[in-house]
Amino acid sequence: MDDNVQNIVVLAHLSSLQKSVAFVSSFTRNLGFDSRRLSEIELCVEEVLVNIFNYAYPGESGEVEISCRSGPEGTLTIEIVDSGIPFNILSSDDPDISASIDERHIGGLGIYFVKQLMDRVEYRRENNKNILSMINNSTDMSRPVDK
Amino acid sequence: MEINKKKEKDVLVVSVSGRIDAVTAPDFEKNLSESIGDGEKTFLIKMNQLEYISSAGLRSILAIAKVLKTREGKMVFSELHGPVKDVFKISGFGSIFTIYDTEEDALKQC
Repeated sequence: MDDNVQNIVVLAHLSSLQKSVAFVSSFTRNLGFDSRRLSEIELCVEEVLVNIFNYAYPGESGEVEISCRSGPEGTLTIEIVDSGIPFNILSSDDPDISASIDERHIGGLGIYFVKQLMDRVEYRRENNKNILSMINNSTDMSRPVDK
Repeated sequence: MEINKKKEKDVLVVSVSGRIDAVTAPDFEKNLSESIGDGEKTFLIKMNQLEYISSAGLRSILAIAKVLKTREGKMVFSELHGPVKDVFKISGFGSIFTIYDTEEDALKQC
């Protein structure tokens, strides 16, 4: 399969969420990922975007670029780029998922999903931009989620 | 996202369908908060038609559950499936909440 790339640029605002997820979803569906994997990918895209919408541009507006690329053997790379404050999601602490209702804090759960569900996640800071790549193997190579 | 409610004895059965994402989660939370305001204490959240939930939805569930706990109420779930079940599992919500296979089972226990 030849490399195929598509991208969109959206306002870093919650109102861009559904459009952005639909964009990734439609690209991913065409690569033949199954519906379960599709949902996991949608989830991770939402979590990364909402984090950017909420924290990347405090007190000002900004943009987010989302690109999807299909590589050899059906590999899917989703790259999410913002020009906001530096933030490496991979450096954040995992939440305590065994805490009771009273003790439970919700923070960090979205990022935890991304770390758990994507085959590979890479972060780099380049030209004052946060660049996050989520790389997934094609459906046949995906590992089952059973944790 | 769509929410339908019915009362079964003392239990408010809340059927939620579609997607609970960062956009719809505040509506879900508001809707359930209103029922708490009306004096409801026991909630069964029926998820057989829920296709998707993100951490924003879990945040709303946790917020509601915490309020209910202070009022000696509770929130249980039934019929989780597919991606929603996976999200509950990965987040640990599957262990902190009681989840039933069917509405009937849940109502018997509530």
